[in-house]
Order: sequence, then structure tokens, then C-alpha cells
Amino acid sequence: MTIALRDITKIYQMGDTTVHALAGVSLDVAAGEFTAIMGPSGSGKSTLMNILGCLDRPTGGSYLLDGEEVATLSDDALAVIRNRKIGFVFQSFNLLPRMSALQNVALPMVYAGVDKHARLEKAAWAMGLVGLGDRQHHRPNELSGGQRQRVAIARSLVNDPAIIMADEPTGNLDTKSGNEIMAIFNDLNAQGRTVVLITHEPDIAACAKRVVHVRDGKIIRDERNQEVAPCSGKASSSPSKA
Amino acid sequence: MFWESVLIALEGLKANKMRAFLTMLGIIIGVGAVIAMVSIGMGVRQKVETSIAGLGSNLIIVMPGATTPSGVRLAAGSSTTLTNGDAQAIGREIAGVSAVAPSVQRSYQLVYGNQNWTTNVLGTTPEYLEVRNFAVAAGTIFSSKDIDTRARVAVIGQTVATNLFGEFSPLGQTIRINKAPFRVIGVLEAKGQSSMGQDQDDTVIVPLTTAQERLLGVTWLQNISVQAESPEVIDKVQEDITTLLRTRHRLAPGVPDNFTVRNLAAVMATAQETTSTITLLLGNIAAISLVVGGIGIMNIMLVSVTERTREIGIRKALGATFNNILLQFLIEAVVIGVTGGLIGIGVGMAGSYAISYFAGWNTVVSPISIIVAFGFSVLIGLFFGLYPARKAALLDPIDALRYE
Repeated sequence: MTIALRDITKIYQMGDTTVHALAGVSLDVAAGEFTAIMGPSGSGKSTLMNILGCLDRPTGGSYLLDGEEVATLSDDALAVIRNRKIGFVFQSFNLLPRMSALQNVALPMVYAGVDKHARLEKAAWAMGLVGLGDRQHHRPNELSGGQRQRVAIARSLVNDPAIIMADEPTGNLDTKSGNEIMAIFNDLNAQGRTVVLITHEPDIAACAKRVVHVRDGKIIRDERNQEVAPCSGKASSSPSKA
Repeated sequence: MFWESVLIALEGLKANKMRAFLTMLGIIIGVGAVIAMVSIGMGVRQKVETSIAGLGSNLIIVMPGATTPSGVRLAAGSSTTLTNGDAQAIGREIAGVSAVAPSVQRSYQLVYGNQNWTTNVLGTTPEYLEVRNFAVAAGTIFSSKDIDTRARVAVIGQTVATNLFGEFSPLGQTIRINKAPFRVIGVLEAKGQSSMGQDQDDTVIVPLTTAQERLLGVTWLQNISVQAESPEVIDKVQEDITTLLRTRHRLAPGVPDNFTVRNLAAVMATAQETTSTITLLLGNIAAISLVVGGIGIMNIMLVSVTERTREIGIRKALGATFNNILLQFLIEAVVIGVTGGLIGIGVGMAGSYAISYFAGWNTVVSPISIIVAFGFSVLIGLFFGLYPARKAALLDPIDALRYE
């Protein structure tokens, strides 16, 4: 079991009112699963993502990530978990603008204490994996949106995380680029990586084998797609494991 | 990890060169001002010390005590207890003495041609020039052979030369001192007024024996000037002279000294205290500008942290710990402090040379002021960088990522 959430609650105090962003969520994600979490805005899916990604701690409940209880860890311990066990892909890419694509991809390894030579080698490998082997020295602003997101995916892979978390990864992309990105996620999943995707677009969720619907801080439906949507078709820049 | 943080910090500074430079400017001016101001203070101090040393450096003066015939105490120096033998014994037996100059003096009328001039005639040995910081401008000082032979030769001061000879060279001319003829063999370099307002150039120096036997007709001394080797040994030498003279004069314990031994250390100490205060004052004023420069660092670092909130969020999401972020921003601040400090040292030294060149002030760049100013610039970088760096490291990754 990669992820095991038990009765996770998250309560915010906003002035005089208490907001129950998550009201008892239990969710298991097995290793190698491709799960989409769907819900309208305000449904608590972002809060769920923050907790799944170890960016935030739940108010109550238990969260086993890769067999380790992370709900009660300190800030620095969470930072280490984020570094080693989780690969993030954000809607707005979140690349550092002053660094080359290669340096951006290598960044998580800086905080993992990997030496410089090994770092750049691994980063180059990851960039090849997402089909950007020839764009290593471009700055993020010299790349298209789809390319930037592929750099971000390469960055999420370099520390061999147990789970890849993608928060609306196609939200800022046109349909074609979006499909290419989804194809990469599919391929990564096909290679055995656990992928958790957060989205509000039904056709993106349709690419996943499992869709979890969230509303008002609760899971209202957990369904498995018998037929995975056509976006699983291989993109032209088909990644290959080095 | 430390070096990684250094590299990240340098990248951060490189991205904002102009801003980094302007921030450094505060430290550059601060460190430069400290070094330049302290160099002025030290210059004043050196000048004062030199002029006190001009009276004779490490000088100890031995004078005979007052005589008390029939209980009436006469003026100090009136006793005849100090002899040539005492002076020779001081030079021979006391460690830490570099020169001894015994002397006698009295006022006489000098005559050259139709000119006359009354002045102080001093009988002494050639060491007197060294001990009292006199130098010969023209001609020579008499030799020890002249002392042995009680030669009638004289070295005259500038005031005497001007009054007796006007524009002519006095060298080789014969003047009359108390009607006895003396050949002028040298002229002293002008020394100006002493701190007591006395004209130090209004004097004539003749061999000690000549003065004692041919002019005054005495065998005792009025004064022994002793030069100690260094300021550290002055007190010891002074003590040893007292002990030696008491033994030589056969004074029983309990009998008061029949001589006095004095030095100029007290004068020196007062002057040093004054100039130290000046240096401290100037240094403090400059240090204020260094602190202002430090506040500049803090200001810019706070702006930088706010501006890079998103970057901090990304780094934290990717696994940067509190220490990683703290170190990154702290090192940026310290690099500004160190670089500014190094440039400031250059500016301060150049400034102090410029001041001494253009304003003609005496400046002394002291290594201690350089080390202290540089050390402070590093500490200021650390101190004023700590708050912004901590602020950055404490940012919540979720809030930081959302920051636009």
C-alpha cells in the first residue's frame, strides 16, 4: 500500500468560523495505481492534495505514506519526505526562472545531498525520459507551456519517489500539450509508478484507471474506469527508460 | 550542503548585481570611513608622540638635590653632590641605558666683532645631541678628544648665529665667551620653541670640561640626561639610578636622597590619553555609518525575501529544510558584508592617503583598524541578515507557493 489515509480531518479557523475542509477522509492507493481525485472548487481537493503531498499536516487521523506515519512529523521531517518520496507536478509548473531546465530538474537532488556530477547526469537522463534531451540548457521562459510541464515532470522523477502528485497538471495547457502530458503520466504509470492526479476536468480524469470524487470534504464516489480514455495513446515524443 | 548554499547565494546575488552593489555601498562607505577616520586619529597621535619624543625620547633627568647647610634649604640643583664619576657610573653600570650626557650651564655674554649677545652656555658631551634630539646643521660637534683637552670650541644655535653673524657663515670664526676666545665648529639645526615657550635655538654648546674648568671653575654637575633604551625600561632604569647614586653618595637608609630623578613618561601618558580619545571619537562616528550600512543590508534582504517568496515555496516543496533556506539567505547577507568590507578596506586606505596627500594631515593606517572594521562588516552581515533569513526559512510552503 503506497497511501493509506484513515479518518483524515482538517479544520481551519477563519476568524470566528471553523471550516471543516476535510471531514473524515479514508483512502487507500496501492502501489502502481493511477488515481484521479476530482471535485469542484471548494470541495477540499486542494487541502487533500496538500496533505497527500506532505505540504500540510492533518488536524486528525492517520496518514501512512509508503508504510511511514507522516501525519505528525515536524516541518523538517516533512521536507525530507517531500524530497525523497513525493514528486510534485504543479498547474503553474513552478520552475525557477533564472536556472536552466537541467538545473531545475537537478534541484531536488541538491537537497538530497547528491554530488554535482551525479546530479547533472541523473537530470539529463530524466530530461531524456520526457523527450527534452535537446532542451537542457534553455531557461524556462524559452520553452513552451507543454515543454515546461515536461521539465517539471522530469524534476518530479529524479529522486525516484514512491508517488507522483500532479495538481491540475494540464490546467494551463492547450488540449494537444495537455494530451501529451497525460500520455507521459500514462507511460510512467505503465512503468509501475504510482500517480495521483488532481483535476476538475472530467476528460482528464477519464484517463485515470480510478477516479475519486470529493465534495464538501468527503469522498462521495470511488469508481474504476473499465475503459481508459483515448488520451492514453502514445505521444509522438514517446519516453523511453534509459 | 554548505558549499551548495554558498553557490545558490552567489547565483542569487548575480541575478541582482546593481542592487547587491548598492547594498554593499553602505558597508563600503562604513568600513572605508572607519579606516580613514581612525587613520587620522592615529596620525594625530603619532604627531604628538613625535613632538614629545622631540624633547628627548625615553629621557630621564638626574639633578642634584637641595643643599641644607644649617637647616636652610636652598633651591633644587644648588647642591654639588653630582659628579662626573656619577655620570660615568650610570653609563657603565646600569642596564637599559643607551646614552648619558652630563652637563653644566650658565649665562654668558658672547662677542663677535661689534656684535654681542647674552645666552646660555652649556657644557656637555657629544651624547647630549642624541639624548635631547639636537642635530648639527653645518660643521660638526666636538669630539671626546676636545673634551680631554678642554678645547676652546663651540657649537652655536640658530638664534645665536643669526644675532652674531647675520647672513655670514659662522663656521671657523672666533667668538668670545666671557672674554675667552672660542672657535665655532658647528651650527645646530633649528628646533624652535619648546613646549614651555623657551627658544631651544638660543644656546651655545661647549665641551663639558672646558665649561667646568675654563668658564665656571667647578668640578660638579648640574644635570645628567640619561636616555633609556625603550619606554618599557624607563621605570626600571630610573629605580636603578636612584639605588646606584644612593650607594655612591653613601646615604644611610632613612636619609633622604640628595638628588632627584625624573622622566617624561607622565607627559607622554597624558598626551596618549588625549589622542586615544580623539581616535575613539572619530572611529565611533564612522562606526555609526557602518551600522547604517548594516540596516541597508537588512532592508534589501527583507525586500529580497518578499520578492522571492515563490522561489522559497518551490524550494521547500522540493525538500529544502529550514536550515537550507536560512543558510541560503544568510550567506547572501554575509557575502555582501564580506565583499563590501574588502572593497571598503581599499577605499579607506586610498582615502587616508588622499587625506594626507591633499590636506597635508598626518594619517596612519593601522592594521588593527583594518581587522576590526572587516570583522565588524562580517558580523553586521550576519546580524542584519539573520532576521530576513529566518523569516524566509519560516515561510509556510503552501502560502509561499500561492504567493503571486
